[in-house]
Amino acid sequence: MGKLYKISGPVVVANEMLDAKMYDVVKVGEEELIGEIIKLEGDKATIQVYEETSGLKPGEPVSTTNEALSVELAPGLLRGIYDGIQRPLDIILKKSNDAFIKRGTVVDPLDRSKKWEFKACVRKGAKVKKGDIIGTVQETDVIEHRILAPIDGTVEEIHSGKFTIVDEIGTISDGRKKHSVCMLQKWQVRKARPYIEKLDPVIPLITGQRIVDTFFPISKGGTCCIPGPFGSGKTVTQHQFAKWSDTEIVVYIGCGERGNEMTEVLTEFPKLVDPKSGKPLMERTILIANTSNMPVAAREASIYTGITLAEYFRDQGYGVALMADSTSRWAEAMREIGGRLEEMPGEEGYPAYLARRLAEFYERSGRVKCLGSSERFGSITVIGAVSPPGGDISEPVSQNTLRVTKVFLALDAALAKKRHFPSINWLNSYSLYTRSLDSWFGANVAKDFTSLRNEAMAMLQRESELQEVVQLVGPDALPEKEQVVLMASKMLREDFLQQSAYSDVDSYTSLKKQYLMLKNIMKFYHSAVYSVDKGQQVKNLQALPIIERIARMKEIPEAKLGDLDKLGADIAAIGEGSAATN
Amino acid sequence: MKEYKTVIQVAGPLVFVEGVSNVGYNELVEIILPSGEKRRGQVLEVSKNIAVVQLFGASAGLDIANTSVKFLGETMKLTVSTEMLGRVFNGLGEPRDNGPKILSGKKADILGSAINPYARDEPKAFIQTGISAIDGMNTLVRGQKLPIFSGAGLPHNQLAAQIARQAKVRGTGEEFSVVFAAVGITFEEASFFIRDFERTGALEKAVLFLNLADDPSVERIITPRLALTTAEYLAYEKDMHVLVIITDMTNYCEALREIASAREEVPGRRGYPGYMYTDLSTIYERAGRIKGKEGTVTQFSILTMPGDDITHPIADLTGYITEGQVVLSRDLHRKNIYPPIDVLPSLSRLMNLGIGKEQTREDHRNTADQLYAGYATGRDLRALSAVVGEEALTELDRKYLKFAEQFEKRFIAQDNYEDRTIDETLELGWELLSALPEGELKRIKKEFIEKYGRKHYEKQKQKQAETDSAKK
Repeated sequence: MGKLYKISGPVVVANEMLDAKMYDVVKVGEEELIGEIIKLEGDKATIQVYEETSGLKPGEPVSTTNEALSVELAPGLLRGIYDGIQRPLDIILKKSNDAFIKRGTVVDPLDRSKKWEFKACVRKGAKVKKGDIIGTVQETDVIEHRILAPIDGTVEEIHSGKFTIVDEIGTISDGRKKHSVCMLQKWQVRKARPYIEKLDPVIPLITGQRIVDTFFPISKGGTCCIPGPFGSGKTVTQHQFAKWSDTEIVVYIGCGERGNEMTEVLTEFPKLVDPKSGKPLMERTILIANTSNMPVAAREASIYTGITLAEYFRDQGYGVALMADSTSRWAEAMREIGGRLEEMPGEEGYPAYLARRLAEFYERSGRVKCLGSSERFGSITVIGAVSPPGGDISEPVSQNTLRVTKVFLALDAALAKKRHFPSINWLNSYSLYTRSLDSWFGANVAKDFTSLRNEAMAMLQRESELQEVVQLVGPDALPEKEQVVLMASKMLREDFLQQSAYSDVDSYTSLKKQYLMLKNIMKFYHSAVYSVDKGQQVKNLQALPIIERIARMKEIPEAKLGDLDKLGADIAAIGEGSAATN
Repeated sequence: MKEYKTVIQVAGPLVFVEGVSNVGYNELVEIILPSGEKRRGQVLEVSKNIAVVQLFGASAGLDIANTSVKFLGETMKLTVSTEMLGRVFNGLGEPRDNGPKILSGKKADILGSAINPYARDEPKAFIQTGISAIDGMNTLVRGQKLPIFSGAGLPHNQLAAQIARQAKVRGTGEEFSVVFAAVGITFEEASFFIRDFERTGALEKAVLFLNLADDPSVERIITPRLALTTAEYLAYEKDMHVLVIITDMTNYCEALREIASAREEVPGRRGYPGYMYTDLSTIYERAGRIKGKEGTVTQFSILTMPGDDITHPIADLTGYITEGQVVLSRDLHRKNIYPPIDVLPSLSRLMNLGIGKEQTREDHRNTADQLYAGYATGRDLRALSAVVGEEALTELDRKYLKFAEQFEKRFIAQDNYEDRTIDETLELGWELLSALPEGELKRIKKEFIEKYGRKHYEKQKQKQAETDSAKK
């Protein structure tokens, strides 16, 4: 048992702490505030405290729990909303009956009294390996929670029935000793959960966002970063991914962001319906909310808490999408704590270990073969928002993130100002997965999907070159054929890349529809070039009524994709029509 | 209560006291000068025997030998009650209007606590400010926090006063109570607000906290928190709708930097402390709605961007916390357009919660988007025509150019006392849009064009016909 020695903001120092280990969770002061040891020196331990430290006095007791910061894993996680160290905010509210979070509230992360219907799926006497599924619980309408064997051994006993998460559901013998097994397991947040092997990124994560799926696809198990200045739509883009990604589980970490944004997720997600299952999106979602004015040390922990929960579902064989909004706030929390430790700072005051921490976090993503004897695959796709000061991505957090992530969606303030949303800059963004995903798109969408995309991309590139000329001489000075390029790329930008998150129909676009829309625009381009070759004037082409029909392609519902084919036929007729008149 | 005469060092606003025991972090401190004068402060850091105290006020007059320090055993509290309405206080919450001290009421911790995100309710009620550039393009809702990004010499005070004067919730006519925090502004600016509140009668239901430019700068750390503590009390316990105006947050950040440098902390960008984001969030996040409570806190803070630079850390960090921003433009101000709101970088993140069929009009989102797009195109073309000349532009381009000009002159510009309803704002928007060909209105649903735009197009046609016949 130690004593408080010094208090300065969220970091405190205690002495007489020789029994404590690095990263032990400790209880600080009379109120037993939760903290974590981040530095040991002689008998002094430096502790980051996950709660407000006002009023703490030197001499108050500090005791170690001898355990590292861990999360609880069992049925009951889904639909939950937690703070950075997995305290359930809904239960805290119920218990304290106070809208403001008061410190020192102790609650279990998971309900220990609720009984779940557990169905065993191994028999007595079965040999199990660590990670094997020993039973399931239908946690929500859409997700079956799979209980994994904690150790290798022989099942001595196992029962189906109604159990709480701490009741014994069976015993497993490892040859020497019988181990009691309950549904609840714990895992240290700073340690990645093991798997058998990582696999190549060959399956795309379908987000329903046209610019992402078609131009900058993210693979399941991949990493993606979204840097952008404020107001460029980072959070809306993250929300769109959380809503529409075709993964079974979504973990959304609101790390040092706005309180009202979490409220938005909380009110909107239960209303939104998953296009596949027809059930509310909340049924598959876990929220971690550590808003900007909540204790900064818990913000530092929130990222680890989130990814550990994601890994747990991955190990059950699910695809998980993890959104971290925003990793810059996480880095700032590290900087703030580093500063209080009087560490020698690295670039821009960030600690020297920033790059390592970022890389470690993103490396916990991936599509893996899960532990266990049966073949099971799970994945974690990490999508991290970055908030660079002034939108300048030459700063350390953006740069170190870019080094480890494979998809870069560059949000652009200039596009946002024009209300071009999502304001992802098509020239600066990239995806390093396109090549490895090509064969999937070829087999599952259309053979010419890749070539169509490449052609469209080349046209956008050409447009930006032509725009430079236009800035000098005006659009009319360009040859007719180049004016057609401008016209068609404008179509691409406005009628394909722009997508409204707030429109019911436009918010999500299936791959099939994306393909047909893109194909129609490119078809228009070819027909227009053909007509111009035949002597048609661009001015006349611009007046064609079909242009408005192309602009309204977005509004065609998924159920009526035939309309897009029909439009395609009409577009093809432009070229023939002008051939006929000439 | 313990009193110490063991000051060992005074550095700027910081006082180091030795040999203390049983002192808590953030505890309130009273410092008694040799002259008998009392000043207050707060514990910034405490270890086994040394406490670092941050003074709220100047350190002039302190000495090592005779100054005594009293630790009050509690964190800083403010006595809040409805009797504060109509009163003027200084930056530390003491009466400034010769009225009595507020004695009875609830003692509230001025640092406040974070609202449990689960307890928050979504802000939704549309606030009509009567200003088209805000109502039409960047709609405000009750419970939002929206700063005005301004620059030295721009009319942000007039704008803030106009908002305070005109803001109401449509249909109900409910008005706001104003809590006003002056943070390091000049006497002249403060008296402008007071006179304006007096004239409109708003003063009776307003609470004012004034820390003026010549008041101690460290006090500025406290002033906004006093205002927000009062606002939270009025809103969440007395069911009032409170509009908090804090001006100028730039002075607050300067004070924060002053203390950080006195503590010899490792500085972040431009010398501001690395924790400025977290610190600012404990101010800005104190706004919103709470489930089961009637009242709301809406926050309007003004900051002057040094050198009009929106990437300056103060503006940058603010923009990352607040729910949008209203940006004032020097160019528009020079063109004599009031309010000089540049709608392109301005944004209201909660706009969608306050508009639509139920609250304003079904076509609001579409119309606003189209106005944006049109104005942005026009502004781009303005730059282009400066290079190639207007003649080189197509006819359509020239229409856009004209649209942008009309948009600035008629839609954005309005009188300081002009209070436009949302219908007037939207109709004006449609009138301007009808100068563009119908096919250009791609962001508007067809049915809305028929329902709201048709009559303006008809009028446009008629006008065209008249001018044509006049020419003949």
